[in-house]
Amino acid sequence: MLVKQISVFLENKEGRLAEVTEILAQSGINISALTIADTSTFGILRLIVEDSSKTESLLKSKGFSVSLTDVIAVDIDDTPGGLSKPLSILFKNGISVEYIYAFISKKENTAHVVMKVNDINHAVDILENNGYKYTGK
Amino acid sequence: MGIWNKIECASYDELRSIQDMRLTETVKYVYDSVPYYKKKMADIGILPQDIKGVDDLCKLPFTTKDDLRDTYPYGLMAVPMSEIVRIHASSGTTGKRIVVTYTKEDIEIWSDVMARAFARIGADKTDIIHIAYGYGLFTGGLGAHYGAEKLGAAVIPISGGNSRRQLEFLTDLKPTVIACTPSYMLHLYEVMQESGLTTDDISLKAGLFGAEPWSENMRKEIERSLRIKAYDIYGLSEITGPGVASECSAQNGLHINEDHYLPEIIDMNTHLPLGLNNTGEIVFTTITKKGMPLIRYRTKDITKLFRDDCECGRTLVKMERVTGRTDDMLIIRGVNVFPSQIESVLLEFSELTPNYQIIVDRVNMMDCLEVHVEMSEVLFSDEVRKIEKLERSITSALESVLAISATVKLVEPKSIARSEGKAIRIVDKRKI
Repeated sequence: MLVKQISVFLENKEGRLAEVTEILAQSGINISALTIADTSTFGILRLIVEDSSKTESLLKSKGFSVSLTDVIAVDIDDTPGGLSKPLSILFKNGISVEYIYAFISKKENTAHVVMKVNDINHAVDILENNGYKYTGK
Repeated sequence: MGIWNKIECASYDELRSIQDMRLTETVKYVYDSVPYYKKKMADIGILPQDIKGVDDLCKLPFTTKDDLRDTYPYGLMAVPMSEIVRIHASSGTTGKRIVVTYTKEDIEIWSDVMARAFARIGADKTDIIHIAYGYGLFTGGLGAHYGAEKLGAAVIPISGGNSRRQLEFLTDLKPTVIACTPSYMLHLYEVMQESGLTTDDISLKAGLFGAEPWSENMRKEIERSLRIKAYDIYGLSEITGPGVASECSAQNGLHINEDHYLPEIIDMNTHLPLGLNNTGEIVFTTITKKGMPLIRYRTKDITKLFRDDCECGRTLVKMERVTGRTDDMLIIRGVNVFPSQIESVLLEFSELTPNYQIIVDRVNMMDCLEVHVEMSEVLFSDEVRKIEKLERSITSALESVLAISATVKLVEPKSIARSEGKAIRIVDKRKI
């Protein structure tokens, strides 16, 4: 359930995202999930990949500002209410979510969400105690 | 036009004998009252009696901005604080400011040279003078203010900023003379146009412009668009503030008030005196200042001295418009900015100085300062709000150190242009 997320600092200008994805493509790195938080001047690209430390050193060697962050990845039901249930459990236990993004699972009726929370170990315990797991890679 | 002080027209011999006397007195005065100068002179084996006149000036040691920093804040003061009536401050090369102290007599003399400056451009007691230099620690506003009052003119102490209000005063109160930075004058003109106002709505006839570098082209532009005469004024806080030198009706060089501020031009590399008609760094010795007299102060401003038979009748030596600096100081909206100040702020946020670039531009006639800082691992976060908070913190720290607003932009690592491996620190896009 604990996964390493790669965060990359990008200036908000044309072609930067294409450059990053090109570097990953050439090294055969597959992106399982991605999101961009953008402002008027910069963006933070967040990625889930299979080999996060290899990806980190690759991007660093290409001159990017990169960080590895512990985030939670969890399976949820791909049905109405599938996301609201775990979120309300976390909320009731005093966990706040910094950011969240979702992606489709290869498994039918299942989606994955990635979230950064304020107290990650506590959040993992709570989710596991409530029967949540992560089956993605 | 009106000569404010007859000394401005004194014969060369008369002026020279006054300078000889005042210099000799000043050297004795600083030797006796400022231990720092006594030591500086002792270090090179000079005694006050070795200085008999202007010809001996070159025997004296220089004073630099570093000396001002090393003696911060009061180490170069020649009188007890009970004699000081005013303290001004300007930016130093690093976090530390330059502090300048004035006695009542110093303020008197400063007011007198500023009154001369206004008289030189044809102003007198019948005028209304609009002073849009910043008031406060910066010497521009108060210096011009005291001079204009001394002249007997009606003074509008509007200070800088708030262009709409400036226009309201220009159109309603009908000032006849304005004092501000030349770029601010052009900015006011743009705002005038946007507001549908023309020169028929205002009554300005002349302006005294300084505190930043400008050019003949800017003069022409101001004169043509505002239909006024535009004159250059020069000064620096360390010496007194505005009024060290200023133009007359001839608009051909700035008369230096050399009965108070003794100028020299030195070679930029050898630091040897160059004499008239040679370009170099201008150096001043204050020969009447009591609060904080300075001996051979290195201004780092590049110009040359010359004498001509000026149509205005003044005999005071002239300096050309300042054409540049020997250091990396930038003047932005009349405020002195050193890259080292920006560096010291950035160091507060990161153990290593991040790569940065200062971009100065002129947008709508207003100087603007943008600082690009390369993102580094120490500064980076995966959370937007943390990075935005960092940008805001750097911005406000810069503003408090530089005293002007700046836009901070975080950029990708290695994205700042480099020349032979060294990042290019300053990009000045202003076309002056």
